[in-house]
Amino acid sequence: MFDNLTVLFSSPHYTNALPFIWQGMQLTLIVTFVGVFIGFVIGSIFGLMRLSKNKIIYGIATVYIEALRGTPILVQALFLYFGVSEFIGLNFTAIQAGILVIALNAGAYIAEIVRGGVESVDKGQTEAGRSMGMTSTQTMRYIVWPQAFKRMIPPLGNQFIISLKDTSIFAVISLGEMTYLMRQYVSTTGDPFVPYIMLCFGYLIITVPSMIILRRVERRLDV
Amino acid sequence: MITVKDLHKSFGETKVLQGIDAEVAEKEVVCVIGPSGSGKSTFLRCLNMLEEITAGEVEIDGEKLTDPNVDINKLRSRVGMVFQHFNLFPHMTVLDNVSLGPRKVNGVERKQAEKEAQEMLEKVGLGDKAKAYPGSLSGGQKQRVAIARALAMNPKVMLFDEPTSALDPELVGDVLEVMKDLAKEGMTMVVVTHEMGFAREMGDRVIFMDKGVIMEEGKPEDLFDNPQNERTQAFLSKLL
Repeated sequence: MFDNLTVLFSSPHYTNALPFIWQGMQLTLIVTFVGVFIGFVIGSIFGLMRLSKNKIIYGIATVYIEALRGTPILVQALFLYFGVSEFIGLNFTAIQAGILVIALNAGAYIAEIVRGGVESVDKGQTEAGRSMGMTSTQTMRYIVWPQAFKRMIPPLGNQFIISLKDTSIFAVISLGEMTYLMRQYVSTTGDPFVPYIMLCFGYLIITVPSMIILRRVERRLDV
Repeated sequence: MITVKDLHKSFGETKVLQGIDAEVAEKEVVCVIGPSGSGKSTFLRCLNMLEEITAGEVEIDGEKLTDPNVDINKLRSRVGMVFQHFNLFPHMTVLDNVSLGPRKVNGVERKQAEKEAQEMLEKVGLGDKAKAYPGSLSGGQKQRVAIARALAMNPKVMLFDEPTSALDPELVGDVLEVMKDLAKEGMTMVVVTHEMGFAREMGDRVIFMDKGVIMEEGKPEDLFDNPQNERTQAFLSKLL
């Protein structure tokens, strides 16, 4: 057993697998960034819909949010990539499907972040805006949203990290991100130990700095 | 300037206002007093539709608030409101707090709006705080900024909802001074207050409310020194 440990220091995989990690990481990051960005737009819209007094608008948002939060992201990916594309005869590329799934999935969680953020702003702020004659849209845009957004930053950062890790399940739809490429590498070499350690570090190298930055931002917002 | 006819307001089953009739003339300062829960704040909030009106009519400056065709935003822009808890915008500087309304509602250019905002701040004695954020101000300063913010819209009427109730006693004076200056300039004011001294000195008329109705109203010297209604007597005697 301890003999095996020497491979930790002298494995040829470090040099051989690194290009795959690097290549996969780029796709992982692209899918995450684009997906979460679109998810933020979706989440903002549905989050505000959740605050509507109109029952239909509220209902639509609630169905979307609960449907996506209540099903596994793996199932959503399979359904969208294989199911929906078959059904409507539209062939998504794996990247398109991956971005779409992250956007829809993160969008549902972000909608709740947005709702919570907006609700946390004191009602008196809205009243002050409206009593000056501002419309509800102006009041939201200039007064409520900037304050709500500040409070949304920490949970949005968390969601970014969660979504980043979620991209690993896109291996099942053959999206060539980090996990998929390393699985392929392992299946050709037949040696899983070191390559999968490298895969872990591939994620940690993004997530740990993200978490550190996030904690700093949180501390600064506290003041 | 303000005419209120048979105003009713309910929150669900709870009837908070049960038929208010009142008039406020131009340049008049009307103080509304009464025990907590009497509906005086709700009454004030109905005057600019921060509370939906259940029944009755409110007319301000010749326009009916209750008319579904009325442009409520336009009407509100002519009615200044000062809140108990200031409700300043914490993410903006004092100057931005004061100039936001004129810019966004009245379409005044930023430079012009900021110049006028600065003048308003000088007027309430806070010209040096323009670049400060509300969080760094004392309660009394916050409330004076809030008054400047309302004044920046050039309102025809100012509504004050217990403007000094959240302040430390030693800070009340500064805010009342600003309000007195305003009254002397001929601003039409409706003030919900617990400051009997202010009501007596500055009020042209005092309204005593209890249980959602106006129990008694009159000149301050009459109402304070010679109250006719039993409840007014009871309320005032508790204050002494």
